[in-house]
Amino acid sequence: MSSANPKPSAPVLDHDKIADQAGSGSYVANFEDKDTPLQRFQKFLHKYPVAAPTIVLIFAIIGFSILVGDRFLHPFNLSLVLQQVTIIGVIGVAQTLIILTAGIDLSVGAIMVLASVVMGRMAIDHGLEAWMALLIGMGVGALAGLINGTLITRFKLPPFIATLGSWNVFFALNLWYSKSQTIRSQEIANNAPLLQWLGETVSFFGARLTYGSLLMLALFVLIWYALNWTAWGRHVYATGDDPAAAKLAGIRTDRVLLSVYVLAGVVCAIGAWVLIGRIGSVSPQAGYTTNLDSITAVVIGGCSLFGGRGSIFGTLIGALVVGVFRNGLALAGVDVLWQEFTVGILIIVAVGMDQWIRKGTA
Amino acid sequence: MTAHYDQQPVLQARGIVKRYGSVTAIDHADLTLYPGEILAVIGDNGAGKSSLIKALSGALVPDEGEILLDGKPVHFNSPMEARELGIETVYQNLAVSPALNIADNLFLGRELRKPGILGSVFRMLDKKAMEERAQAKMTELGLMTIQNISQAVESLSGGQRQGVAVARSALFGSKVVIMDEPTAALGVKESRRVLNLIKEVRDRGLPIILISHNMPHVFEVADRIHIHRLGKCAATITPESHTMSEAVAIMTGAMEVDSDSEAA
Repeated sequence: MSSANPKPSAPVLDHDKIADQAGSGSYVANFEDKDTPLQRFQKFLHKYPVAAPTIVLIFAIIGFSILVGDRFLHPFNLSLVLQQVTIIGVIGVAQTLIILTAGIDLSVGAIMVLASVVMGRMAIDHGLEAWMALLIGMGVGALAGLINGTLITRFKLPPFIATLGSWNVFFALNLWYSKSQTIRSQEIANNAPLLQWLGETVSFFGARLTYGSLLMLALFVLIWYALNWTAWGRHVYATGDDPAAAKLAGIRTDRVLLSVYVLAGVVCAIGAWVLIGRIGSVSPQAGYTTNLDSITAVVIGGCSLFGGRGSIFGTLIGALVVGVFRNGLALAGVDVLWQEFTVGILIIVAVGMDQWIRKGTA
Repeated sequence: MTAHYDQQPVLQARGIVKRYGSVTAIDHADLTLYPGEILAVIGDNGAGKSSLIKALSGALVPDEGEILLDGKPVHFNSPMEARELGIETVYQNLAVSPALNIADNLFLGRELRKPGILGSVFRMLDKKAMEERAQAKMTELGLMTIQNISQAVESLSGGQRQGVAVARSALFGSKVVIMDEPTAALGVKESRRVLNLIKEVRDRGLPIILISHNMPHVFEVADRIHIHRLGKCAATITPESHTMSEAVAIMTGAMEVDSDSEAA
């Protein structure tokens, strides 16, 4: 039998001894100093994923205020940008949650439109109270998310394929249920004004904010809290980061994934309410580009498509970057096609940056 | 060392059997772990040692036999159940989340919430308490060459990550820590640190089951060595009673051992 003393109270000195024995007492801290400025920048971006889009946003604002002048910086114009990005922002919240788990949801736009049609028809055609119509719409969103989540966790379909399928299914259901008919704005205003309430504005110093924009900001704060200050949020990151490790740590990753898809569905239904407020009417053809726009916002916002990395506020910044470029270029009189061109370049640069940043600490 | 061989074993497996179809992976295996010791488990590939370890950590439910924890029979249907009873496992493939920081990793799946309404209604994490306890545990184990507890685990070296995994098991393992090939993926220097860490954990009173292929490592840190062969325990030796080549001979069946050499 080997022998040693029990050491019930750990002598503090031992730690130094151990480090010495290892012959590596200081090598841990050393490598930091040898970085080139570029590497240090890479590490900084790695640690603060929101930094890169924020820098881009600041430069874009400065650039356009020089290029276009006061018209761009006017509070009214800036609040217009915020209004324009509100829907993308809300749907971006849903998309961020899913991309953090290393998934992707191509059906977010379809869920939003389907939920808006359900809200509109429940309130107008079936004469339900507006708040009940809203609740049923939320339920449809949750159900749609549950279907996506079940396909991915139970039937193990890749999220891309599962939601590509459900996108088409939800969109077809939406055309069937709406009979491809638009519910006119006037009709909603007369019968269920609550549905349009998020489109109303409040004024702050010449800026006109919609309740929808305020709801979007509140949603960002709420989800930020859930992701950063609750165990659930840590589990979302861990599941996206390394599902095997998360499972070994005792996290039920399938349940986390399912909860994320259901929550994303509900957020999309909130987006449906915002959508009705924004366009006034309920149209089965509205929000056609929201799917890809939401992914654009998330990617420009610095979230990694490989999961587990990124911040929810990055998506808000990402949406604002797109909004500022579109608005600024439009004010500068640039053709719409160059707006699309610019957004495309931004996406490619953002994903390229993500690759480069992740390489930094591999 | 303070292994207390006169005391009741912490963990005991008796007559464990596990069959996969016609293959018998564990054939009436016994294993005994005493308080305060490092018990190394060695065996050739396919000897059934990993199946035995899985049975002890709850990852596998044996067909026959019993497992006693502190003398009381226990049954685990999942690793979580084993964990709740104080048996922690450190996995070979470093089960840590690279993008999360050290404190998050230590408490992953077992987060602490703030007291009062903030915790119960708003589910708010008590980050401060978790960081403090993580810091304390890492310092206690001599791991605080890692500068910052809120550093992402991916910025650490392989050995330091293993250190995080070991610290997690030491933080929550109240009875037993099982370590599966903790030095397999590490270089020489890093292995040394991890071996020291293993002894440190043992000296703090937690008995350890160490699975390893590395004979020098086993002979350096183990108090007793359980040699697994053909699905059962071929012998239990100590680093003093046998040499490395004898251990290998027993492992491969070139040498028979009578029960007299049974340690303790």
